[in-house]
Amino acid sequence: MTTAIAPDMSAVPLRYSASLGGVAGTSFKPEHLQAILSTKPQRGFFEVHAENYMGAGGPPHRALEAIRRDHPVSLHGVCMSIGGPQPLDKAHLARFRGLVARYQPALVSEHLAWSTHETSFFNDLLPLPYTAATLRNVCDHIDQVQDAIRRPLLLENPSTYVAFRESSMSETDFIRTVAERTGCGLLLDINNVFVSATNHGFSALDYLADFPLSRVGEIHLAGHAEQADDEGDLLLIDSHDGPVADAVWKLYEIVIQRRAPVPTLIEWDSKIPDWPVLQAEAAAAQAILDRYRPVGLTGDRHAA
Amino acid sequence: MPPEPDLCFAAAFAPALLDPVRPAPEIVAGPNGKAPGKRYDVYRNNVTVSLIDALAAIYPAVQRITGTDFFRAMARFHVRQTPPISPLLFDYGRDFPVFIAQYEHAQMMPWLADVASIERAWLDAYHAADAAPLSPAQLAAVAPERLGDLVLIPHPAAGIVRSQFAAVTIFAANRDTSPVGRIDAATPEDALVTRAEFDVVVRHLPPGGAAFASSLMSGRPLGEAAARALDAAAEFDLASNITGLIEAGAFTSIAFGDV
Repeated sequence: MTTAIAPDMSAVPLRYSASLGGVAGTSFKPEHLQAILSTKPQRGFFEVHAENYMGAGGPPHRALEAIRRDHPVSLHGVCMSIGGPQPLDKAHLARFRGLVARYQPALVSEHLAWSTHETSFFNDLLPLPYTAATLRNVCDHIDQVQDAIRRPLLLENPSTYVAFRESSMSETDFIRTVAERTGCGLLLDINNVFVSATNHGFSALDYLADFPLSRVGEIHLAGHAEQADDEGDLLLIDSHDGPVADAVWKLYEIVIQRRAPVPTLIEWDSKIPDWPVLQAEAAAAQAILDRYRPVGLTGDRHAA
Repeated sequence: MPPEPDLCFAAAFAPALLDPVRPAPEIVAGPNGKAPGKRYDVYRNNVTVSLIDALAAIYPAVQRITGTDFFRAMARFHVRQTPPISPLLFDYGRDFPVFIAQYEHAQMMPWLADVASIERAWLDAYHAADAAPLSPAQLAAVAPERLGDLVLIPHPAAGIVRSQFAAVTIFAANRDTSPVGRIDAATPEDALVTRAEFDVVVRHLPPGGAAFASSLMSGRPLGEAAARALDAAAEFDLASNITGLIEAGAFTSIAFGDV
């Protein structure tokens, strides 16, 4: 039995896809493939988790090729462990570069988080303290990723449930400095902002006012779930298992008004609904994007 | 090289993720002096539940056989004992069949580990490299006197799982939701797992078939593989076995002599 090893894509040249403009996209889920292919190509784009396409062959690549034929794709890495103290996994970075070469995604992103420690992979986006040392470490890792893919990475702000006692700077200061030092772009997850603001008792609007919006190349919107902390107060969980909350829609409109339209993704990873439900969420985001489209510009890329 | 002292947060944060007895790490807190307990538990829960879910996705027939509660309890032990070492979750769970074979509460289902092995082979075939299978015409074109030295190159998706139990029948009956009838678990069954194109197919190999296919897939010539198969089962039928393997897409090409 051959285990799944990614084919050697190191010789495939890196090509850039056209920029997307202010369009809304959705997560691509294989259960929606037939529904998507049975209609004419959609406006917008599809985002995939890179790791799901790191097998050597088989149906996942067939599905992504079919989607990519008529639509722009956004490649969203989940497991690079950019925020972790140990060196990046070179084999994983090579696989990531291989996917960028093969599918020529319009957007490429990863998380400000870590998921591997020593040899264990924890399959979660774990938090890090914000200090001078972690800042240097994160910048080094982003430099390596950008060297490998030869384009700016979009770095996503996390949702968190705890804070580190040793943190010496705010999350927005940390992210702004990373972007300035590495030249990376940012993926602003507005649900993550809302979740973290609730969990840590800060104002989401203040956070957004402090966030370097000019560097934002993509926005994520998703649903969250509610739990309670040790004191019985509301603790929000970044669950990606339902519709976008009203409060998050309001923050989104404020950001678009301030920033101008940027590609926006509806993320839905668990309790996945029928395709029309996801489509309707994307249409709601598109309506907001269209409302703030700069006059005289029709800059987005239609798929047809 | 160990990380610089200022980067020790991961070493402090990680150990309690898979150990429910440990308290939340002292380096974290909630806002305004709030306790970190239930907050840190969100990470513990995300890690454990998502890895149990990953095993459930790889081993759906095992879960159907045992029931969800039994499966998740068993998987929780395995996840805590053997977390993944790769960020590719479709590579996870290779040690799970051996874990099941030793799991105290699964001893009354001695065939369960073999069903798990078939499910693991199924996922390997699903993600294996794509390759065009050998066509019957290519084999038919070989001169009869050269057949004994013929070597068949295995397809990347092809695999064999041997069982002393009716693992193929039990696997097939539990991979969908239709009712399962009575199965005589004591009948030994060997599985051939292939994916010639889109769909992974699991076949039950005839007597001697596993010895034959294993020899061929390890690069032994056809004559030698047939002799091993006859040693394993006197009723082994060469023609139907070779035809069956080629129709299943177990090989991609032919060669001669040792390769």
